[in-house]
Amino acid sequence: MKKLNRRDFIKLGGGSIVAGTAGISIPNIAIGATKKVVVIGGGAGGAIAAKYLKKADSSIEVTLIETNKDYYTCFMSNEVIGGERKIDTIRHTYDGLKKHGINVVHSRATDVDIDGKMVKTESGDSFAYDRLVVSPGISFKWGAVEGYNEAASEIMPHAWKAGSQTSLLRKQIESMKDGGLVIIAPPGNPFRCPPGPYERVCQIAHYLKHNKPKSKILILDAKDKFSKQGLFTQGWKARYDGMIDWVPAADTGGGVTSVDPSNMTVSTDFDEYKADVVNLIPPQSAGQIAITAGLTDDSGWCPVDLGTFESKIHSGVYVIGDASIATGMPKSGYAANSQAKVCAAAIAASLNDHEMADPSYVNTCYSLVAPDYGISVAAVYRLAEDRSKIAKVAGGLTPSDASADALKREVQYAYSWYDNIVADMFG
Amino acid sequence: MQITTRLTALLLIGALQSSYVMAEQDAATNMLADTCVACHGSDGNSVGPAIPSLAGMSPNYLIGAMLAYKYDDDEDKLESVIDSDLDFEDVEAFPRYSTMMGRLAKGYTEAEIKLLAHYFSNEAPVRPTQAFDSAKADQGKKLHDKYCEKCHEDEGRFADDDTGVLAGQWKPFFLYSMHDFKNGDRAMPKKMRIKLEEMAETDGPEAIQELAEYYSSITD
Repeated sequence: MKKLNRRDFIKLGGGSIVAGTAGISIPNIAIGATKKVVVIGGGAGGAIAAKYLKKADSSIEVTLIETNKDYYTCFMSNEVIGGERKIDTIRHTYDGLKKHGINVVHSRATDVDIDGKMVKTESGDSFAYDRLVVSPGISFKWGAVEGYNEAASEIMPHAWKAGSQTSLLRKQIESMKDGGLVIIAPPGNPFRCPPGPYERVCQIAHYLKHNKPKSKILILDAKDKFSKQGLFTQGWKARYDGMIDWVPAADTGGGVTSVDPSNMTVSTDFDEYKADVVNLIPPQSAGQIAITAGLTDDSGWCPVDLGTFESKIHSGVYVIGDASIATGMPKSGYAANSQAKVCAAAIAASLNDHEMADPSYVNTCYSLVAPDYGISVAAVYRLAEDRSKIAKVAGGLTPSDASADALKREVQYAYSWYDNIVADMFG
Repeated sequence: MQITTRLTALLLIGALQSSYVMAEQDAATNMLADTCVACHGSDGNSVGPAIPSLAGMSPNYLIGAMLAYKYDDDEDKLESVIDSDLDFEDVEAFPRYSTMMGRLAKGYTEAEIKLLAHYFSNEAPVRPTQAFDSAKADQGKKLHDKYCEKCHEDEGRFADDDTGVLAGQWKPFFLYSMHDFKNGDRAMPKKMRIKLEEMAETDGPEAIQELAEYYSSITD
């Protein structure tokens, strides 16, 4: 008979089963069983990773390091820009996560000592970990569009991280004169929330149509095609005909290459445009801490094992959400949510020395064309056998012949999506 | 003494192994359910305002819905899938319209659908507080007692007979469902069709809204 050693015990059952076998003495069962996980970033990925780690194994000590005390979701922030929603409705706090026993630290993670397994923060503290989850979202490549730096973003907001930038863009749209020109300049792929710029166009157009109907929106795209393009184009024609002009990269030699905030002009290789409001969404890379910690490759994003989200560069460190290269999945809030759950399961399994379940992933993404007109894309994914891809096994877009009633329902479902995903994150 | 020890050890290993198998199944189920809850609410209790709660529905009801989404309105296919699986013996799958679930359900196997259905069925329903018109809700209760209670027992709370849970379901979802039944976008049992036709004839077009106000008024 095989000798039962301590390691086998852990392998076989984990804590709860051992606790149930009263009367049998198993010495030192808890020794060496420190399970510390630090999560950097409390957004769509990090908040979920922290919560689901606790859910999977309450004995894991989870510390969440997040700069902001108030979190503003990017999802639904376009409704704030269009005036359909107040910014307070997308503001959330971390009180709910604290109630789950998660140690929430409000500071900026400034460095990771990979060998020493330690995260350092701006406040001067260090946090030791057995496993580290990095979910920092995106950072902007300042200067990639000439003249577009952080100072310029106070005049030509990106509004691609929600909060004060969202309010700023809203204010500019609100105070613009009737007959004004709004330029929106979306970046090339890959970037956070691929349908986001085009939903934003809809929300701004909706506001202008009802308040400043002589105004126009010009989209100077760095791409030749975009997410949900057919559905958006159809929606623009149905609701905002003549108001929106989308210019693909091919027509401008690649989109906006430089800006001059002092003159409110943007330039492509061929032309210069003067606008009343400029929403420049700059090219992006993984959040700064991922770069500092050496988790990014030449692309600026983080290569990971697609079944666990463990970094391919540093073992024991996991990267989820927008910052990761999740081949096959878009950089979306729901994707980050789904990846965080797979990652939490992988970490709980690895800390308890057992096998994780086969990963399963979903993305659902709604875009609001108008208050009674919603469209969506959804997919179910599984890990490809060779782990090279998170492969879509089902899914698709709102059908292009969807009835008015169906489009109206999608708006209500979009609001439900929002309320439920936020409850999942912060509840 | 030695025999006792060995026997204890053997029993222990057996217990641990079966617990481990169960834990593995739970992990597999959680992995799947985790993909649903960001829309349908944690433990299948949606916080609204329209996406339906799944908690406390009967497994057969949930399996029927998922199979209907998975196979669209291919009734022959649905029938053959149900016939081929012993666990589906009591499942009735009526074709039903969806905005999104038809796209997602195709990504899950029958075995996974079973796991998910049992998972959400085992969760306790939390009936949310919703705004409702109390005069209409009173009228709705009368309509419920007259036309619905016979199958949707206990004010629409009862799930064990595989009918849909109506009490406390999100109001817009209930209205969408009734709209789809009426339009023929969602199929229903003959009994139900007869009752709905009778209700429409006797109590007029307001009846559906009154039922919606009633079911959304139930929070316990």
